[in-house]
Amino acid sequence: MSKSIIHLENIKRNFQVGDETVHALRGVSFSISEGEFVSIMGTSGSGKSTLLNLLGCLDTPTGGEYFLDDIAVSSMNKNQRSTLRNRKIGFVFQSYNLLAKTTALENVELPLQYNPDYGSKERRIKATEALDAVGLSDRLYHKSNQMSGGQMQRVAIARALVNDPVLVLADEATGNLDTRTAYEIMVLFQELHKKGRTIIFVTHNPELAAFTSRNIVLRDGKIIKDEINEHIESAKKMLDALPKQDD
Amino acid sequence: MNIGNLIKISLRALSNNKMRAFLTMLGIIIGVASVITMLAIGQGSKKSIQAQISEMGSNMIMIQPGAGMMGGVRQSSSDMQSLKLEDYYSILNKTKYIAACSPSVNSSGQFICGGNNYPSSISGVNPEYLGIRKLTVDQGNIFTRQQVASSAKVCLVGKTIIKNLFPNGDNPLGKVIRFNKIPFTIIGTLKEKGYNSMGMDQDNIVLAPYTTIQKRVLAITYIQGIFASALSEDVTTKATSEIETLLRENHKLKTTDQNDFNVRSQQELSNMLTSTTDMMTILLACIAGISLLVGGIGIMNIMYVSVTERTREIGLRMSIGAKGSDILSQFLIEAILISFTGGIIGILIGMGASFLIKFGIKWPISIQPYSVFLSFLVCTITGVFFGWYPAKKASELDPIEAIRYE
Ligand SMILES: Nc1ncnc2c1ncn2[C@@H]1O[C@H](COP(=O)(O)OP(=O)(O)O)[C@@H](O)[C@H]1O
Ligand SMILES: [Mg+2]
Repeated sequence: MSKSIIHLENIKRNFQVGDETVHALRGVSFSISEGEFVSIMGTSGSGKSTLLNLLGCLDTPTGGEYFLDDIAVSSMNKNQRSTLRNRKIGFVFQSYNLLAKTTALENVELPLQYNPDYGSKERRIKATEALDAVGLSDRLYHKSNQMSGGQMQRVAIARALVNDPVLVLADEATGNLDTRTAYEIMVLFQELHKKGRTIIFVTHNPELAAFTSRNIVLRDGKIIKDEINEHIESAKKMLDALPKQDD
Repeated sequence: MNIGNLIKISLRALSNNKMRAFLTMLGIIIGVASVITMLAIGQGSKKSIQAQISEMGSNMIMIQPGAGMMGGVRQSSSDMQSLKLEDYYSILNKTKYIAACSPSVNSSGQFICGGNNYPSSISGVNPEYLGIRKLTVDQGNIFTRQQVASSAKVCLVGKTIIKNLFPNGDNPLGKVIRFNKIPFTIIGTLKEKGYNSMGMDQDNIVLAPYTTIQKRVLAITYIQGIFASALSEDVTTKATSEIETLLRENHKLKTTDQNDFNVRSQQELSNMLTSTTDMMTILLACIAGISLLVGGIGIMNIMYVSVTERTREIGLRMSIGAKGSDILSQFLIEAILISFTGGIIGILIGMGASFLIKFGIKWPISIQPYSVFLSFLVCTITGVFFGWYPAKKASELDPIEAIRYE
């Protein structure tokens, strides 16, 4: 049995909107072990993003306990959580969130700028390696506005990987991409999974869940399904099966 | 995060929006440039007045008879007879800080030469007077000690007198002019000095031995004043108090008695005049300071817009590990960089403008290091002060909301 890196105990998250309390999460418990590729599915408003923000230490729960790498996150202050995010977590967003007019390399270097252990030379080396890993070694000096959506999302994934995180979190990472490009990104995530990365992938698309090793389904802030996927589909095969595009 | 990194990030952000950075800077540039120029104008005026005063004799000390400013009923100082030649002698012989000293007696009247006449006054002095008042002989010579001792009827004349008494351009040397029916032979002329800063014609002057004026013109034994010069500007205060003590002793005044004479140094006059220009400088600096303030508000405005515009960037930076303090420093450094660069450009432009004023309209200009330093300091403080609020706002954003910001 591999090491558990995430452990949630009865996590609750309420939002106060006026006099009304919105229960975004109503007691969620699960554990995730090293090397899992978990999809979190559910309809819009079911609490997926709220859960991911908690997992990413961007938010704190209203109730319950969250252990990341055996650290009780709720006991940490804001700055400690910043540092924790910087060292242990990589985020991939739906809308890429790259810095405008900035090269791929500099975008990827960004997380390391907030880590004093890295000098400018090491940053460059690490960023180049990360871009290599997402297949963009020929786009190091392209600016964000000179790239396609798929390329931008690859840069964003490279940025999420550059700090060697224990956990990669993706929120609707393929939501802005066409089917082919979405599959290409899934191929990349599957490759990362094979290399042993722990990935949590939020999507509302059940097709994509087939590529992951474990499926969690939320409804109204509760887990309604949590099962191991015995038949992981290969994104590569699906991609090859797509009708060829003529360039 | 170290400062070098922060500066790099800020520079990148600024260069991504050069036009805006420049426009923001413009406020600071104009502010600093006008502070420097205005101070240069003010200081230049002050210096030129000081220079004119020292032209008149910077170490000069004037002693006049009469009570101090406190007296109840005051007599005209020339009517008072409290100064005697003995006072002059004792200043000459018993002081440490006095370089030269001359008695002074004056009489006004009409000068006549042939068919020309001119109303003016004649000053009875000794040869030292020239040095004390920074006068120089143009043609001919100053009268000798022998001529003083013998009350010779000789005189030196200034350019204004020559112009009016010899309108045909005759050489005045050796000519005889009459003053109150007494004939004076012109033995020298004085170099032109022009008008002084108070608008007095310094060339409307006739000098004769004081003995001649005392005996032959006024028929008095007292003197109307003493002009002295201190050894240097630094010791003028010591020199005036030395003279005061000496004269009080000479006049046998009790400690409760007021002075029956007046000692004034050129320095006091200088201080009085420069305080006026100081006021002008302060006024100009205030006007310029307001434009610097407006520049600062410009920074705050732009930084505020920039924070709103870059909300997503801030959210992203926070989600990948930037602390609030990192964001704060980033925006603060941006504001400081803008004002710093603006400050340097402003200093250069201000200096350029000052020189233009100097050579273009010949206004006296003096750029003081302190004014450069001051305006630079002020613009840096402006950057920090006005950059602080937007930066603080940025650092307090919630990363989740910021990254979702549209
Ligand atoms: N900051 C917030 N303030 C108030 N309500 C919120 C906030 N964030 C999320 N919610 C509510 O919590 C619920 C879950 O939201 P979310 O996690 O974004 O859903 P999903 O990502 O699954 O679409 C929704 O009803 C949403 O309106
Ligand atoms: Mg969502």
